[in-house]
Amino acid sequence: MDMQVAKKKLGLKERYAVMTRGLDWTPSYQKMEDIYPYMAYEGIKIHDWDKWEDPFRLTMDSYWKYQAEKERKLYAIIDAFAQNNGHLNVTDARYINTLKLFISGISPLEYVAHRGFAHAGRAFPGAGPRVACLMQSLDEIRHAQTQVHAISNYNKYYNGMHDFHHMHDRVWFLSVPKSFFDDAITAGPFEFMVSIGFSFEYVLTNLLFVPFVSGAAYNGDMGTMTFGFSAQSDEARHMTLGLEVIKFILEQDPANVPIVQRWIDKWTWRGYRVLTLVAMMMDYMLPKRTMSWKEAWEVYFEENGGALFKDLARYGITMPKCAEQIALEKDHLSHQAWSTFYNYAAAANFHTWMPDEDEMTWLSSKYPESFDKLYRPRYEFWREQAAKGNRFYSKTLPMLCQTCQIPMVFTEPGEPTKICYREVDYKGDKYHFCSDPCKQIFEHEPEKYIQAWLPVQQIYQGNCFPEGTDPTVEGFDALAAVLKYYNLENGRDNLDFDISEDKKNFAEWRGQATKNI
Amino acid sequence: MAVAAVSKYEFAAADSQDKFHGAQLLFIGWEDHLLFCAPFAFPFPPAMRFGDVVAGPMQAAFGYHPDFAQIDWAKVEWLKSGKPFAPDFDKSLAENGLRHKDVIRFRTPGLNGIKGSCS
Ligand SMILES: [Fe+2]
Ligand SMILES: [Fe+2]
Repeated sequence: MDMQVAKKKLGLKERYAVMTRGLDWTPSYQKMEDIYPYMAYEGIKIHDWDKWEDPFRLTMDSYWKYQAEKERKLYAIIDAFAQNNGHLNVTDARYINTLKLFISGISPLEYVAHRGFAHAGRAFPGAGPRVACLMQSLDEIRHAQTQVHAISNYNKYYNGMHDFHHMHDRVWFLSVPKSFFDDAITAGPFEFMVSIGFSFEYVLTNLLFVPFVSGAAYNGDMGTMTFGFSAQSDEARHMTLGLEVIKFILEQDPANVPIVQRWIDKWTWRGYRVLTLVAMMMDYMLPKRTMSWKEAWEVYFEENGGALFKDLARYGITMPKCAEQIALEKDHLSHQAWSTFYNYAAAANFHTWMPDEDEMTWLSSKYPESFDKLYRPRYEFWREQAAKGNRFYSKTLPMLCQTCQIPMVFTEPGEPTKICYREVDYKGDKYHFCSDPCKQIFEHEPEKYIQAWLPVQQIYQGNCFPEGTDPTVEGFDALAAVLKYYNLENGRDNLDFDISEDKKNFAEWRGQATKNI
Repeated sequence: MAVAAVSKYEFAAADSQDKFHGAQLLFIGWEDHLLFCAPFAFPFPPAMRFGDVVAGPMQAAFGYHPDFAQIDWAKVEWLKSGKPFAPDFDKSLAENGLRHKDVIRFRTPGLNGIKGSCS
């Protein structure tokens, strides 16, 4: 008879070692630099990958188990949401426009983040960061998928979300988040980790992800809120990874410090410019506000970020210079952004509107320095004109910043009535910028940014019409052709909320759900 | 500075003039009128008369603003790349020294937007 021998189970620590570092090996017949060709060219020096402290001890097998359990719970709630017509519980139909912004502007970035972390993980010779990047890469594709699934419930009833990925690659304002991430994934693996892992996930995440999720909670959107909570434990891990990466690089060699500082400066600014969309979402698009953009910036960046940079001072890292300029813009950012979308409401995949009287009062109280003086007169004029049937739709395309690709809507620091113009001559051509930081980013790597796919320039080159379009025929309607190329239906997916099908349908359906008609 | 790259890194600009089918871009901003959120971008033939730009496309783009009809064009102050500029309305864009992707601004003294708010 065989003796039954109890199999010895590995302890947590051993198990982690075996499943992570134990999977690594030293090559014998290939050179390290051939296997890891992207390790040197950015100028970052790593002397000892073993100094990497794994910030969380999660192995792949427990990752699968844990995430599968989470996802089961999430999909149960999403199903219940769909079956109970959860979409009719949101505060009002204007809220749904934040979801259009999210699905076309943010969710596709989750997918690109998935690719970026997969690439970075492959590039690192250290087993610790490689496994951490692999997990984050998987988190990001799950985020993309679960967001698409959660928001698809709204797509059944409301307009503008039907072809979000196609739009992400084409619609003028979506080139802002798209080009931001394209910039990051086309950088080297170290810059990618600093840009997305640290600057975006660590420094700015509370200003991106949290406002959408808390906005969903405040506005009765159970589906999106649940998705947010489900992603929270991933986000905590991502933040830890972002911070660990930075500390590891800085500790490895003093020559890394100025390179990392430049990346932090660049990516804090690049990320902040993308947050312009979040700022207007918070101040204008959530029927029930959570906090103002200005308050969010003060709490999450000035206070929390301030503490972080104090902590990093011992490595020689300082607060990004652009923070001073951002502080000057915080009274204006969301209003300038909302005005922009009000101008170009004919060419966007969501609706815009003028704030009502109560909302104007809220805006004045949150922005006492700027709102009544600069923005209220503009809005009142627009409102009067709309009431007379003369709603403003700008039909001429705007000038864009070469770096952030946002229309040149930003004003001089400290001079909120003067548009900020900056320009550079490079190889016989002129390039224009919204700000000093965007100009400096260009000047550091002009070869990269002269290739920018600026939507306005592309439209004027004739590259944004459906195939077979002849723009030279009599009475050619460029806007109609561009909307076709975007796969947006004029009069349904765009224009003012007041005349939208969304508004009409929501009122009717909610009426059926709550009244006896 | 040059971009950090693993090999030769040289690409053409995505918006050089040769790609605009004979047109060149001109950017035009109206100072103190932020009701128009940003300066506008226009593709014009270099031979187009400056006065025709003002009377046609500029009227179409900026005409919504009640101040636009009040403009005394003789008093307008022009800037090109931030420096004073004196366009000749009867000459072409090219003859006025305007090249691809130049930016001009105009200031209309006495007209400062809706209720003087620079909107
Ligand atoms: Fe994510
Ligand atoms: Fe910019």
